[in-house]
Amino acid sequence: MAPNSAVNRTRSATDLLAALPRLLPRVQKPGRYAGGELNQVVKDWESTPLRAALVFPDVYDLGMSNLGLAILYDILNRQPDMLAERVFSPWPDMDAALRAADLPLFGLESKHPLHAFDLIGISLPYETLYTNALTVLDLGGVPLLAADRGDYDPLVIAGGHATFNPEPMSDFIDAFVIGEGEDAILEVAQALLGWKSSGEPRSALLRRLAGLRGIYVPSLYRVTYTAEGMVDRIEPAAPEARMPVLKRIVPRLPPPLTRFIVPYVDVTHNRIPIEIQRGCTRGCRFCQAGMITRPVRERPVAEVVDAIEQGLAQTGYEEVGLLSLSSSDYDDILELVRQVSARFAGRHLNINLPSLRIESFSVELMDLLQGEASRSGFTLAPEAATERMREIINKPVSTEQVLTTAREIYRRGWHLIKLYFMIGHPSETLEDVQAIADLSRAVLAEGRKIIGSRAAVHAGVSTFIPKPHTPFQWVPCDSLESIRAKQALLKGALRGPGLKLSWTQPEETQLEAWLSRGDRRMGKVVLEAWRRGARFDAWQEHFNQGAWMQAFDAAGLVPEFYTHRERPIDETLPWDVLDAGVHKSFLTEDYLWSLQGRTRVDCRERCFACGILPKFAALRREHPGETWECPEVRSPARQVEVALEAR
Amino acid sequence: MTDQVRVRYRLRFHKTEAMRFTGHLDMHRALERTIRRSGLPLAYTRGFSPHPRLQLAAALPLGFVSRAEVADLWLEEPLAAQDVLSRLQVAAPPGMEFLEALVAPEHEPALQQQVTGAAYSVVLAGPPPADLDERVHSLLLAPSLLRQRRSKSYDLRPLILSLEYEGGGRLAMQLAAREGATGRPDEVIEALGLDPLSADIERTSLTYAVPSPG
Repeated sequence: MAPNSAVNRTRSATDLLAALPRLLPRVQKPGRYAGGELNQVVKDWESTPLRAALVFPDVYDLGMSNLGLAILYDILNRQPDMLAERVFSPWPDMDAALRAADLPLFGLESKHPLHAFDLIGISLPYETLYTNALTVLDLGGVPLLAADRGDYDPLVIAGGHATFNPEPMSDFIDAFVIGEGEDAILEVAQALLGWKSSGEPRSALLRRLAGLRGIYVPSLYRVTYTAEGMVDRIEPAAPEARMPVLKRIVPRLPPPLTRFIVPYVDVTHNRIPIEIQRGCTRGCRFCQAGMITRPVRERPVAEVVDAIEQGLAQTGYEEVGLLSLSSSDYDDILELVRQVSARFAGRHLNINLPSLRIESFSVELMDLLQGEASRSGFTLAPEAATERMREIINKPVSTEQVLTTAREIYRRGWHLIKLYFMIGHPSETLEDVQAIADLSRAVLAEGRKIIGSRAAVHAGVSTFIPKPHTPFQWVPCDSLESIRAKQALLKGALRGPGLKLSWTQPEETQLEAWLSRGDRRMGKVVLEAWRRGARFDAWQEHFNQGAWMQAFDAAGLVPEFYTHRERPIDETLPWDVLDAGVHKSFLTEDYLWSLQGRTRVDCRERCFACGILPKFAALRREHPGETWECPEVRSPARQVEVALEAR
Repeated sequence: MTDQVRVRYRLRFHKTEAMRFTGHLDMHRALERTIRRSGLPLAYTRGFSPHPRLQLAAALPLGFVSRAEVADLWLEEPLAAQDVLSRLQVAAPPGMEFLEALVAPEHEPALQQQVTGAAYSVVLAGPPPADLDERVHSLLLAPSLLRQRRSKSYDLRPLILSLEYEGGGRLAMQLAAREGATGRPDEVIEALGLDPLSADIERTSLTYAVPSPG
């Protein structure tokens, strides 16, 4: 496989349609590349003015389980003048087969080459997809560097949680959509359509995009560095470029998607995903999602129940996932569970309600929801095993509460409890890690008392990464040696019948940390690592540590600078170009509180003025009442906001 | 068994190009989802993990199409077979074309046990070798054809009930399809010294032990 081989841009959809039937039988799982599934949308290529390719840069199996991509696909395809197709990462055998046959990567629906689309939207929910995104562009015949793209190349945009630090990918992406994409994707598409008919150069398109709310166009900002290598200043280089770029939110969650594409081959999640609530009021300090998805907005019970019914009729799935960051906090959770279990009982349906709080009520909810269905595992996420540590990370729950909940779970017929923990939290000691083993064993002992030797505990222990826009964004990562020692301790202590331990490879955690915390200069590292063969970094069997170390060398950068250095509170952070809606002063205060072991209650009980309300005051004013969990805004609108909305 | 009503229906359908790369297990799931979308009252087995009462007559390997797919399903209500058919046709995904639904006798053994053979039509993609006719003849004359599949050795020859070169790169064959003795058309093609991945393979019919249910 030659990573830098130029893709033949003369091959058309017709060539691909002719070649694929002979090529696909030669690769593993050809159903990943065939398209043609139930509910896919195929629109007429020639007569549709705007053609978008939605890219999830990992295999089909994962990409087809991603709700965000499905939502954007639906939104774009509903527009009469737009079409959207899906593109996923080819597995290395398919990558090689396409290159050998001199064929480009293509949209699954029409088989048009990627470079023939007007808009390429890349979903970047996690950082380990970055090299795959480069493979997709390269194999799709699209210039890798934004700076190399001309007036006839597609516009490449990206969004997703990882892009809350867009800088490491800013060499490759023309524009980032920061925050929720439901409204923003259409504004970008409209701007692109407008520009296409204008005859203006590409630079004009980029300026138009920078003028939209929530859009970050990296080429329109200048970043300078101090002598020590820290970011000195981030400055807009065009009048349209906003500083900072405030993330987008939808003021009210639109009705949930129910018309999902039903894959013909087995994928990661074979289910109807319905988001019952967006955002989280808990404020766990390690949790990036909890900070960047504020404010909390819920869907009404009736809307969720209707969506399940419609989803079942459209897909025939046997499973429904009711998704949120913290299901227990959904206001009407009991009512939702009652209605869902009453309505769908006897329909051979498996309904999941993940992310439940550690309390007996959660067990009652699952009991009610799952009825007679078989009970596999029950998941609890204490995240840390000592009360001291849980106070530092602001997930206060007592050990007794964990054990009480565990007893209730075993009593109600579950045999397996999955416990999720993290190691590497700030100020963590080996005692805190030993406590993970002790707590897991204590939970197992409760199970043994109730159901004997059938009781099992699986401890999933990942490693903490201080993520941008969280109260821990200034803290250093735990060192590789320390992580190894902690994992060795756990491997020794969590052995025996009924116990299972899983963990993340420290090198993979490190990569994710570099990419999460890097600045613009990391773009060179990403490119160099990709050129040296880094692919599918999220897949342990493909992860290539050597390529990354060489890439850092080639770029003249030191990895530890990004991950193992405590950053001063007043340092300009690479992601300060973005505003996630939460005041930096709030994050700072919360960080300082954590150092004192001081916790913060759920903000539904009391508003801590995190920043969401003043920044989205106009939206809240227009959508009062229970649409948001935040207090209402009663102050009159200020002039400046009116002006912004009118733009 | 409970006293609940269960009616057995037999379906005939085509598996066409859109589902060519759907394997046997995924085909089973696609059929189950089609029935669920149709709203037909599919029966499930009892017990701790109920599964749908649904049987495919004979597994069709990934990459093949078929105009001879047969499945049995059990419904919890007696419905007119025509009604069952039309509801499935509405709910079917691309690649699954339902042709017929009949009420099947409840006492019959499982479909898999009734099937004895399958016929395939093979069209070679490139120009066929000049001596293909001879290759077919010598294959048929061979007393045994020992081959390896998934590191197990077996004799392909007794599984070939008939094989004919029809000219124009087109082969027709009839292969045994009994439990534990199933011939694969791609193995026959390979035994002829050809590349099975450069051929379009279609199942054209199934044969059964008497009485013929299809």
